[in-house]
Amino acid sequence: MSSIISVANLSKTYGSGFKALKNVNLDIKRGEIFALLGPNGAGKTTLISIICGIANPSEGKVLVGGENIQTSYRKARSLIGLVPQELHTDAFESVWATVSFSRGLFGKPKNPAHIEKVLQDLSLWDKKDSKIITLSGGMKRRVMIAKALSHEPQILFLDEPTAGVDVELRKGMWEVVRTLQQSGVTIILTTHYIEEAEEMADRIGVINKGEIVLVEDKATLMQKLGKKRLTLHLQGKLDALPESLGHYELDLCDGGATLVYDYDTKGERTGITSLLGDLRTAGIRFNDLDTTQSSLEDIFVDLVRAS
Amino acid sequence: MNYRAVRAIYLFEMARTWRTLLQSIVSPVVSTSLYFVVFGAAIGSRISQVEGVSYGTFIVPGLIMLSVLTQSIANASFGIYFPKFTGTIYEILSAPISYFEIVLGYVGAAATKSIILGLIILATAGLFVPLHIHHPVWMLAFLVLTAVTFSLFGFIIGIWADGFEKLQMIPMLVVTPLTFLGGSFYSIDMLPPTWRTVALLNPVVYLISGFRWSFYEIADVSVSVSIGMTTAFLVICLVVIWWIFRTGYRLKN
Repeated sequence: MSSIISVANLSKTYGSGFKALKNVNLDIKRGEIFALLGPNGAGKTTLISIICGIANPSEGKVLVGGENIQTSYRKARSLIGLVPQELHTDAFESVWATVSFSRGLFGKPKNPAHIEKVLQDLSLWDKKDSKIITLSGGMKRRVMIAKALSHEPQILFLDEPTAGVDVELRKGMWEVVRTLQQSGVTIILTTHYIEEAEEMADRIGVINKGEIVLVEDKATLMQKLGKKRLTLHLQGKLDALPESLGHYELDLCDGGATLVYDYDTKGERTGITSLLGDLRTAGIRFNDLDTTQSSLEDIFVDLVRAS
Repeated sequence: MNYRAVRAIYLFEMARTWRTLLQSIVSPVVSTSLYFVVFGAAIGSRISQVEGVSYGTFIVPGLIMLSVLTQSIANASFGIYFPKFTGTIYEILSAPISYFEIVLGYVGAAATKSIILGLIILATAGLFVPLHIHHPVWMLAFLVLTAVTFSLFGFIIGIWADGFEKLQMIPMLVVTPLTFLGGSFYSIDMLPPTWRTVALLNPVVYLISGFRWSFYEIADVSVSVSIGMTTAFLVICLVVIWWIFRTGYRLKN
């Protein structure tokens, strides 16, 4: 799949001397949903701001659709729709006026049918004549998305799209994003809701302290770094682990009622078979067992700590 | 050239004028009418003619300039400051639009509003005093030149300001005094020689003088000097704006 965005050796140092981005290299594939994860202050918004033309890079090059964002900014920017993190809206404008304004700003001729479709898709059609100030937070967020989609962009940046949005609306937003992807739009979303990345993304990038720590297919990432946990619910409580089980990394929990064993799914041997055999030999019996996959959140926390 | 973007910004700004009609148009017209009542009728009736023109008639160009100057600055500075304040500037900065086009949209709208306002005040003045414009084309040229120049100046203030106080500071503390002292209500020839020399350091003197000449063919300084000084200020504003966009001053991190 070809790259629609190509970031090469990008660095950003603010006037205060703070290095927000350090030699970032990143390629976004056409048509994918890419989730950029990172803790607060990691450089997510700075990276987006530079690609979209809101901030100037200190070093490096960014190509959008093959166009340089600085020397060929008109072509590059016309491909992008941006939904920023904060709810920046013209409070006294109507929904219809503000979305139409955005389309004009991007140099597109009037197209009421397209604006209507965008508003319908985002369940805003009923509110088209309402002043933005009268809308709820979730609706304002959707208005921001409508503005970003007004000029039919090929790339959509969603900076923390569901921050402060209730669960139902969040799921609705995910639905909108999926529909957009199906229509061919490339979507880059930043989030620190891991479940959002897990639910939505095709690929995941992790950024920390201005550096890209990792970029990977979500499935590969989960498989590569995913750990599983085996929990055994014992028939009788144990005071301590028998010596014969000492070489397993076992934890005795719940006052001796459960045994917890972490194993690596990428390893050739998980050690489960021998563990169960040794348990039988040691006369330890159990009522039930379950296994859990480590979540993306665990992976993310591990990565951020390691970096 | 992204004409549609310029049009979008221009119409957006003009729409704000119609939404805030009382503040944008009616308020300056009312206050100017009060000037005519107080200075033109009440006090003016006790003042003899100034250079062959009745006092009420004499102050008309100055009063128009007073409003055009202050409103150009207010419109343009607020126009660009408000998106910065609300954060909606992100959309302007991320749109495929050049700096020139941004300025054209905002300054064009601010200047249009001021010109409309100036013409409304002129019409209002016609209700109070007899008017005769000797050089209507020059009058319009001065009006447009002043509106554009001071809208550019207002745009700079709007970019520079990082709070509402700063937004008001230059218009209140610098422009209004300069306008009052710039011969809105008198000819600087009426001042003692020393103060007349000091007054010539005030750029507004040249604007009002040129504008008044287009009405009555009377001027404190020569017309070419008036045009030259206004144009020089226009060029200075353009250079400052070019620098702002080149460096991203107060716009881009």
